[in-house]
Amino acid sequence: MSEEIKGTGGELITLVKKPISRRNFLVFTGISAAAVTLGIQGCKEDSVTTPIGTGVDLGSGDVGILNYAYALEQLEAAFYIKVMSSPYSGMTAAESSILSDIRDHEIAHRDFFKAAISAVATPIPSLEVNFSSINFADRASVLNTAKAFEDLGVSAYNGAGYFITSAVYLELAGKIVSVEARHAAAIRDLLNPRSADFAGDDVVNATTGLDVQRKPSQVLPIAATYLTTTVTANNLP
Amino acid sequence: MKLEKIYNELQDNVSDEKVTRRDALSKAGNFGIKAALASLPFVLSSLITKSAKAQSTTDIIAVLNFALTLEYLEAKFYQMGLAAPGLIPAGDRTVFLQISKHETAHVGALQGTITSLGGTPVSEPTFDFTAGGTYPDVFTNYATFLTLAQAFEDTGVRAYKGQAGNLISNDAVLTAALQIHSVEARHASEVRRIRNNKGWITQANTGGAPAPVYNGENNFMQGGLDVRTITTVSADAITEAFDETLTKDQVLAIAGPFIVM
Repeated sequence: MSEEIKGTGGELITLVKKPISRRNFLVFTGISAAAVTLGIQGCKEDSVTTPIGTGVDLGSGDVGILNYAYALEQLEAAFYIKVMSSPYSGMTAAESSILSDIRDHEIAHRDFFKAAISAVATPIPSLEVNFSSINFADRASVLNTAKAFEDLGVSAYNGAGYFITSAVYLELAGKIVSVEARHAAAIRDLLNPRSADFAGDDVVNATTGLDVQRKPSQVLPIAATYLTTTVTANNLP
Repeated sequence: MKLEKIYNELQDNVSDEKVTRRDALSKAGNFGIKAALASLPFVLSSLITKSAKAQSTTDIIAVLNFALTLEYLEAKFYQMGLAAPGLIPAGDRTVFLQISKHETAHVGALQGTITSLGGTPVSEPTFDFTAGGTYPDVFTNYATFLTLAQAFEDTGVRAYKGQAGNLISNDAVLTAALQIHSVEARHASEVRRIRNNKGWITQANTGGAPAPVYNGENNFMQGGLDVRTITTVSADAITEAFDETLTKDQVLAIAGPFIVM
């Protein structure tokens, strides 16, 4: 739960209210970040991903956020692999180049998160996707879905950044989110060339110049449209 | 290049500020904000301390003033570009109006945030976009203008990314910085594509922009992992998939030639 307070001078302070999580509890009790880091490796609570029925829970703490990113990257990679394995009719060479580049970036992100999580915990399994709502033969269907995925990814990383306690993981998220934003702008420009849409007022607030941010609890219901596997974030905000 | 002056300016605006919660409240200057802060007495004074190396308000304000300096540069650059007769072709004007709108908004958002934290926003420097004659036709030759636009946007992306860790103790400021960061990346992608470059950075290719802007972009090591060993995609794609950071010093060395005082 957060609320934005906008003053007359363009001030932008988002006051975040959240229940005291395990992480904040550790902070309040003065336990150092080193202990938290150890906790990621040694504490069951942080590393476990609990299967719920046919579903997957992302876990908690930094590992939970990494699994969250891994889930989104899995979704994006699967989408672009499908796009390029059955290109829509009339796909231009320029579009093919852009979409296959993006496919490769998302695969790199997906594989990176799997390896990075594996270094400290057990990553969530491969997710089963459901792309039945997408017409892969149709340019508009594909590009509008791509736009939705990229904008969703940008908002997800922007909104998850402050839940990350490790500066290393925060920087990694930063290295990836800007690439997602580059994708979003390129896809938007394919749909509406040389317009304002690459950073349109629908995603970038016209007054503050700030991009969209969403919490996991706002992102997952959108992602769920494209997933057969039920993904929950019971221990994330 | 007056790097020393830039440093001093940034430093002065830091050392001036002995920020107390009371000061912050008195400087917030806005009833809504004052009331909100007063009702959350520890938000500003503790800055939601959560990391082992929690940043002081002074540190946070210094980062924001650094960002503000870059936003002043970008905002002025596009204002001057849009005002230069015949520079930007009609077909691209909408793009640059949108970018200009955002950079000006970022200036306002950063000034407001700095003030609300009890700091003093740095004043706008005087810019020389020819960089002392290196780019004499910046506002008469569209190609030169685009080259610098790409350089400024890609530098901005790297600059914000490089400061994220320095904002980790303040949830609100970190989130706002990330929200600006991704907008700069959208801009960078668009400007690069107008120049017939890819929207993303391959290896450390400069596309004619100053080399320091792309220094280190040809990196495969992420979080201690050599990404080449864990994925099947090409080396070029790996470098494209991860944007790299720049330090404050690296950014000021790039921006310095464009700042007169």
